[in-house]
Amino acid sequence: MNLTRLLLARRSLLAGAAVSAVPLLAGSPKAQGIGGGNQQPEITVDRARTAPIPIAIPSFAGIPLGAEMTGVITNNLGRSGLFRPISPAAPAGGDGDTPNFGSWKALGAQALVTGRAEGGGSNVRVEFRLWDVLPGQQIQGTAYTTTSANWRRIAHIISDVIYERLLGEKGYFDTRIAYVAGSGPRDRRVKRLAIMDQDGESNHFLTDGTWLALTPRFHPTRDQIVFMSFQNNRPRVYTFDLGTNTQRVLGEYDGMTFAPRFSPDGNTIIMSVARGNGSEIIAVGLGGGPERRLTTGGAIDTSPCYSSDGTQIVFNSDRGGDQQLYVMDASGGGVRRISFGRGRYATPVWSPRGDLIAFTRLTGGTFAIGVMRPDGSGERILSESFSVEGPTFAPNGRVLMFYRENPARDRSGGGYSSRLVSIDITGFNERAVNTATDASDPAWSPLLA
Amino acid sequence: MKFKLIGIFTAVALLGACADKAATSGAATGSGATSGTAGVTPGSQQDLVANVGDRVFYSLDSSSLDGDARSTLNRQASWLARYPQSSIQVAGNCDERGTTEYNLALGQRRANAARDYLLARGTSSARITSVSYGKERPTALGSDEQAYAQNRNATTSVR
Repeated sequence: MNLTRLLLARRSLLAGAAVSAVPLLAGSPKAQGIGGGNQQPEITVDRARTAPIPIAIPSFAGIPLGAEMTGVITNNLGRSGLFRPISPAAPAGGDGDTPNFGSWKALGAQALVTGRAEGGGSNVRVEFRLWDVLPGQQIQGTAYTTTSANWRRIAHIISDVIYERLLGEKGYFDTRIAYVAGSGPRDRRVKRLAIMDQDGESNHFLTDGTWLALTPRFHPTRDQIVFMSFQNNRPRVYTFDLGTNTQRVLGEYDGMTFAPRFSPDGNTIIMSVARGNGSEIIAVGLGGGPERRLTTGGAIDTSPCYSSDGTQIVFNSDRGGDQQLYVMDASGGGVRRISFGRGRYATPVWSPRGDLIAFTRLTGGTFAIGVMRPDGSGERILSESFSVEGPTFAPNGRVLMFYRENPARDRSGGGYSSRLVSIDITGFNERAVNTATDASDPAWSPLLA
Repeated sequence: MKFKLIGIFTAVALLGACADKAATSGAATGSGATSGTAGVTPGSQQDLVANVGDRVFYSLDSSSLDGDARSTLNRQASWLARYPQSSIQVAGNCDERGTTEYNLALGQRRANAARDYLLARGTSSARITSVSYGKERPTALGSDEQAYAQNRNATTSVR
């Protein structure tokens, strides 16, 4: 296993061969539009109400990486639902590096991406330019130097640059998904911790399947995951270090620990510990150590998640009789219920933007993924079926991923499946996420610089 | 591969349970076990499954012990008194109609309910461990009410 490919931070790409973002325009620390003066050309679109941006992405020059990278970029932008990629056979160029904008206008393209990937092995140079077709202006021009093994990362980074320049907010393409890969019959299910790129590529299994692994979550800045393992038949929360490929039990709290999650500042882990007739929420340091008890009282309090500013915690509890969502201060006080709709509510996650809480809602026949404001108002159901569970936000807060199970058709479990799904928080653009095996428990990584 | 061991136990238990309507009676009578009671080592897991009943069942989102469950646990307590060297693990399980994390806690609650009953009937706490598998280890593989009823259980394994 190539460990360097598991690391999340872009600085990890720098080891050995530098990834340098070189402005193509001489003397400019950042790429600027040609002839734009101080004005940054930017296409701003209200995406809630308008059609996807038509963007032409002719194949990058350079064999074989040019076409491969173009494919990754096209797939990223298309899957976001916010772009409509046009991949014509038409040549990109007019004279030299300046495209023939007339032909792109004729195809209906508003934006154009051109590029080339040259070299190989330890010395690959990727250059790309983003153009605003109508005025015929360059919006961005950047070159990256890296090893050929990192070509996918570079394609994702370019996708994020395009997304941000055209939509005015950060992208989420250079990110990973940690998840649980499932295989085998359900009564002897093998569940392995796994990690892959957000588009389903570059899959790695992190555990060998000897023990059940559940509910991974990413550290906000380090190359670290916290998850639950049944190692040695003692279900406990573990941390997994992606740099060294090692896992370590997170303390000993006299009982099963589960449902872990990092604080936004990365210094604390909150989780449930089974005690008495229920489970309490406790906060501990990254190495375990002394606990701070945040809830008590015999109810099942679980699935805690910090608000994006770290001041509050949302969790689910059956203290009122059945599972509902509650918010409390990060210190454990001021508990108030926020879910009041029909059914039971579970697995709350706070958006990185702070504006929404996503959840799983359980009613008699179906499960649903929905969002509500942190005060419980404005509930919207985004997706509903026999079984959906466990939403996780993309780092820009625009997209959710969760998993969907199809029921067994027969008594031997035939027909059962578990797959990852992504959906825009508007409820549109639901897409299957490809995985080699059955998959559940997705966790979206942060976007690291 | 400790899970393999558990898996084998569960498989054995399932054979017994399916064959003799354990899901509805709450107790395995042994009538449908592969070899009946003959040839079963006294004090073994097979003995527990065939002659005592290795599991109790719960209703939806509940950890209450009904009459059937209490009779099964009474038999388990007597059986444990007869084989004082044996130790057991009580594993709590849930159906698939709940969320992973909540079900881990609910499974623990179910395991605790069965364990506490055995303790009250005189079994030493040193002989009992409990664990929750949440919805991760169903014995019935279908997605229907009958399967869910079988999967809401606390299952006793000889260790």
